[in-house]
Amino acid sequence: MAERYINIPFDYKEVKSVRAGDEVFFSGRIITARDQAHHWLLENDFKPLHNAVLYHCGPMYKEEKKGIEIIAAGPTTSARFNQYTPDLIEKYSVKAIIGKGGMDKGVSDALRNRGIYCAAIGGAAVYYAHCITKVYKVYKKEFGMTDAIWELEVKNFPVVCMIDSQGKSLYDQVEKASLKKLKTL
Amino acid sequence: MLTKRGNTLSLTGSPTRSELIDAIVEMYRVAVTELPQDVVHALQKSLKKETGPRAKNVLETMLRNIELADTETKPLCQDTGIPLIYVQYQSDKYKQHELKRILKDATKRATKEVPLRSNAYDVLQGKIIGNYPIIYFKETKDKTVIQLLLKGGGSENVSRLYQLPDLSIDAQRDFDGIEKCIIDAVVKAQGRGCPPYIIGAAVCGNMEEASYRAKNRHLQLITSKNKEPKLAKIERSSLKKINQLGIGPMGVGGNTTALGVKLTTRYVHPASWFVGVSVGCWSMRRTTLKLP
Repeated sequence: MAERYINIPFDYKEVKSVRAGDEVFFSGRIITARDQAHHWLLENDFKPLHNAVLYHCGPMYKEEKKGIEIIAAGPTTSARFNQYTPDLIEKYSVKAIIGKGGMDKGVSDALRNRGIYCAAIGGAAVYYAHCITKVYKVYKKEFGMTDAIWELEVKNFPVVCMIDSQGKSLYDQVEKASLKKLKTL
Repeated sequence: MLTKRGNTLSLTGSPTRSELIDAIVEMYRVAVTELPQDVVHALQKSLKKETGPRAKNVLETMLRNIELADTETKPLCQDTGIPLIYVQYQSDKYKQHELKRILKDATKRATKEVPLRSNAYDVLQGKIIGNYPIIYFKETKDKTVIQLLLKGGGSENVSRLYQLPDLSIDAQRDFDGIEKCIIDAVVKAQGRGCPPYIIGAAVCGNMEEASYRAKNRHLQLITSKNKEPKLAKIERSSLKKINQLGIGPMGVGGNTTALGVKLTTRYVHPASWFVGVSVGCWSMRRTTLKLP
């Protein structure tokens, strides 16, 4: 389990050597998207997402005098976006995806020689909110603030690479092992 | 006067409507920011037994998040779910329609003040309208108690309803078949619903009863013992098997896949055996409010 500190934006070669199981700490701009946003992102061109890091998240916030403060921002279940993600990676050259619970083979194939999928810990929402240092902009507020697209600055955002750019998925390994074990129980 | 002991609040005296609303908003605040002690202890206990290095990291971060949410009074998880409210009330003291209004008003205030994430999406209007609790009422003779349960969408999406026999998982209409349903739900969920899971299951004669009773098992303490030995046995054995699957916290691998299994049965129909399996995430947020 290696530790990698990566500044966003970055080239593919930066994550090429990251292996499933490695810890990654991201710093820089990330973009959030949930259900409605994924659909919209495929039908429109959204400049900030090009070569970016995508975070599956619908944050909780408070409006303060100085602006919006994120108070809870854990990951949402990534599997809901399986159907959109290969096209999204193709269209925007997304370099890394952060979510929870893993994604299907279509996504790990799309990430091959292009980028990585990383897991954040579901429910650890205050912990991750501490790593968000700035809210740049909230796009598509008409989807509702949860489903809007948030452009955020993060510092040392801790995740674990679960699907690497060589097609290795720790989720696949865990699932296969659990199915094998099930037969013996 | 409102007093608090762990995740149980008690209101005494002759509260006014606005005091009742204040108490319910407080009930939301406690549910959203403080994880019940039995859940925290179960997580701490599993960390001691966990051997996988990644799984250990995940459990440690969960416990760190619980501390942060508590000390900063911030929501444990951004997904505060669809609020589920279970009301037992004395009809000589409270009117159901009044309690319903009060609970809805309090939910509206809690959404702004705690805050809760607005999760009620109106399919017809195509927009989020705030939060709309689901409330179950039950008349009782001697007490009025409100219980709040918050469960996020991730774990709700991996909950399941089975019909026995289910040949796809080789489950017959017997105790072994019931256990197979419980284990299958976890195998199919893998890490998607935020394990370690807290499982509620119910065997009933129709689909809504099985779902309802599976879900309200989450109101029980993880440490509670099932009085029915046959059910207690399935709870123990299914939990043991689930934790041998190797799915681990957040599906990263490890031997902490579930913290508890709670099972109940009702009468089934000769033709219909439904098994509801409600999969709860580790962030099982619940509070009790006792009213005078």
